[in-house]
Amino acid sequence: MLKQIASVTTMNLRSVPQRLGSSSVIVVGIAGVVAVLLSLFALTRSLSGAVLATGSPDRVIVLRAGATGEFSSTLLVDAVATIKDAPGIARTDDGKPAATADFVAAVNLLRKEDGARAGLAVRGVDPSVMAVRPEIKIVSGRSFTPGLRELIVGRSALGEFQNVAIGDEVLLRDGRWTVVGVFESGADANESGFMTDSATLLSAYQRTAVNSVTVRLTSPDAYETLKTALTTNPTLSVSVERETDFYRRQSQEANQIFGLVGIAVGVFMGLGAIFAALNTMYSAVSARAREIATLRAIGFGATGVIASVLVEALILALIGAVVGAAISWLLFNGNTVNLGDSTGSIVFKMQVTPALLLLGVLLACSVGLIGGLLPALRAARLPVATALRAV
Amino acid sequence: MKYLPLIWAGLWRKRVRTVLTLLCVVVAFALFGLLHGFTAAIDGIVEQMSDTRLRTMSRVNITQPLPLAHRARMQTVPGVDEVSYYNFFAGYYQDRSNSVQVGAIDVASFNVVYPDIQMEPKYVDAMLHTRNGALVGEDLAAEQGWKIGDRIPLGSAVWTRKDGAEAWDFEIVGSYRSPSGKVPTSELWINYDYFDEARAAANGTVTLYFLKIHDSSRSAEIAEQVDALFANSTSETQTQSEKDWLRAQIAQIGDIGFFVNAIIAAVMFALLFVTGNTMVQSVRERIPELAVLKTYGFGNTAVMGLVLAESVVLCSVAAALGIGIAAVLTPPIFREIGAGGLNLPLPVVIMGFALAVAFAVASAALPALRAQRLSIVDALAGR
Repeated sequence: MLKQIASVTTMNLRSVPQRLGSSSVIVVGIAGVVAVLLSLFALTRSLSGAVLATGSPDRVIVLRAGATGEFSSTLLVDAVATIKDAPGIARTDDGKPAATADFVAAVNLLRKEDGARAGLAVRGVDPSVMAVRPEIKIVSGRSFTPGLRELIVGRSALGEFQNVAIGDEVLLRDGRWTVVGVFESGADANESGFMTDSATLLSAYQRTAVNSVTVRLTSPDAYETLKTALTTNPTLSVSVERETDFYRRQSQEANQIFGLVGIAVGVFMGLGAIFAALNTMYSAVSARAREIATLRAIGFGATGVIASVLVEALILALIGAVVGAAISWLLFNGNTVNLGDSTGSIVFKMQVTPALLLLGVLLACSVGLIGGLLPALRAARLPVATALRAV
Repeated sequence: MKYLPLIWAGLWRKRVRTVLTLLCVVVAFALFGLLHGFTAAIDGIVEQMSDTRLRTMSRVNITQPLPLAHRARMQTVPGVDEVSYYNFFAGYYQDRSNSVQVGAIDVASFNVVYPDIQMEPKYVDAMLHTRNGALVGEDLAAEQGWKIGDRIPLGSAVWTRKDGAEAWDFEIVGSYRSPSGKVPTSELWINYDYFDEARAAANGTVTLYFLKIHDSSRSAEIAEQVDALFANSTSETQTQSEKDWLRAQIAQIGDIGFFVNAIIAAVMFALLFVTGNTMVQSVRERIPELAVLKTYGFGNTAVMGLVLAESVVLCSVAAALGIGIAAVLTPPIFREIGAGGLNLPLPVVIMGFALAVAFAVASAALPALRAQRLSIVDALAGR
């Protein structure tokens, strides 16, 4: 049995070069689907990756109750003090709570690539921010000095926007602020913006309320203690969320439109590729009709014939997958993408990861199998006598 | 016309192959219609935007409010006919996820600045006399099921009230329409004066100004003069015509056009391959039949024409189906992303058919040439 399958399949594969034209249809069709879908997935996955990287399981973000994001949340000074005193919060070396009350503003700047005006976040943070976010590292220049109009710029933002290098001036509400340093924070969302001292920024914007308070827990398990303390405190009306959950929600929102586009394009292109695969394999079967009939006449079973068609479809699909994945990888892997709206931008590198490549291969195999199945069954049911007489 | 049965017979010779090729082309044109329709619709909106209306917002960022006091100084700029203003409200109805676009406006000046919007005088009057009155856009009213006379409590994701109350109560006193379709009617408009008095913070400021000018050729010059008024103040401004503003907004999102065109190009390339291959196979199999036709007296050109016609018929029927699918799917998709009332633009349909014919000819060119050059004796002898 296995021997039959093997011999019919090898014989079939040797004849593929004679049918190069129609065989290339399945390859090109699948290469197209895999290239487009892998690129779209790489876009959404890399975007989520950058957003998710911002969160850490041992950090908690506190917003006004009911707020969906930082921009729709305000916390007054008294509330901030109460939050920072809550139990479960880690301490800095000098005994202060590891917490930062952030005020987020936005500023318009010109992009390097196309000169378009886009928003960037300016995040005002407490001087103790490094105790909360140890991933922030100054890579050149120095940190901002509280009380002075000074900013540090994220490395991702530095690469994408004009006039944000050390020594450049950025126009904020009350005038020009000087960039004094560059920081990196693991290519997360914060790296696509500026940071400065919260109190200085608040007074420049004549505000008294911050948007959020982020605290570092003594351990990830201290979350419940902190949450209970804050939500049962009658003087506060806040929502408490683990940072990882908060940024998961943010990444879902950011991905909504691309996800929709990806699904729509994927369904259509997948259908198209299945039709193309069916077409190729039907013509392969009809080209081999006489050969198949001869095999059946001399005693070969239906299984061998079915297997030979399916294997051919799978191998062609795999070649398509490799071509498509290579196109996507060559065109997009490592590309910097800059997405934004007026309240902020996010800069990230697109990555066509091995997991995505595997997904492409699986996708191609399913298209190949679906496209090969019906023609394979037809090949097996081919009436021997008629097929032998056919020209 | 008399050749139609012959074309049909040629196509229907291998039904499975023809139907599968047809479906491939249908899918390709459905994708083309959806994707190209999307970018074309956006371009269409930009082109429709007014260039006799300017927008002024904070130069720092749109989230930064501008003082209402700017208005009087803007009105002194020669060429500016009227200045109106707008404040974002970030409203939601009943549930936070059910967001409602609400704008706090000054209805009298708004009416002057937006001549494309139709409000009945009695509604304007009612709005002027009802402090917590609201005008509902036609689309929004249909979406939420609101009608004139309804009282609706709204929440705001940004603004709190001075009196500490959670909800903002509004009474719908009228509606507005946009007969030209140029202005979306998906917003609720409330009285700025009432809103500004009730809010706890940022009183006396607005999100943006609308300036009506009468000479579109002077829009850049007027915009510069307006911005010069506030240069080096704590509230510097940035003024643009609505057309330029929207273009900049779209550019901000990122290069959508590139992605869309890349996908369309990939799909079309694959398509050329599929149909081209079908035509090559079909002609190869029918060489003796084509020779018989020539024997009957069909000319070389006629036989070539038959092959081309088969391909054109196949591709146009498929393109019609595919674009039809796109036309059906487009309005609900636009509604989903918040651009209700848009349809598949006509130029996209025309371009689709032009593409279909071009593809048909390109993919059948080689086989058609082969059919034209066919020598009867060789073909019949199977050489």
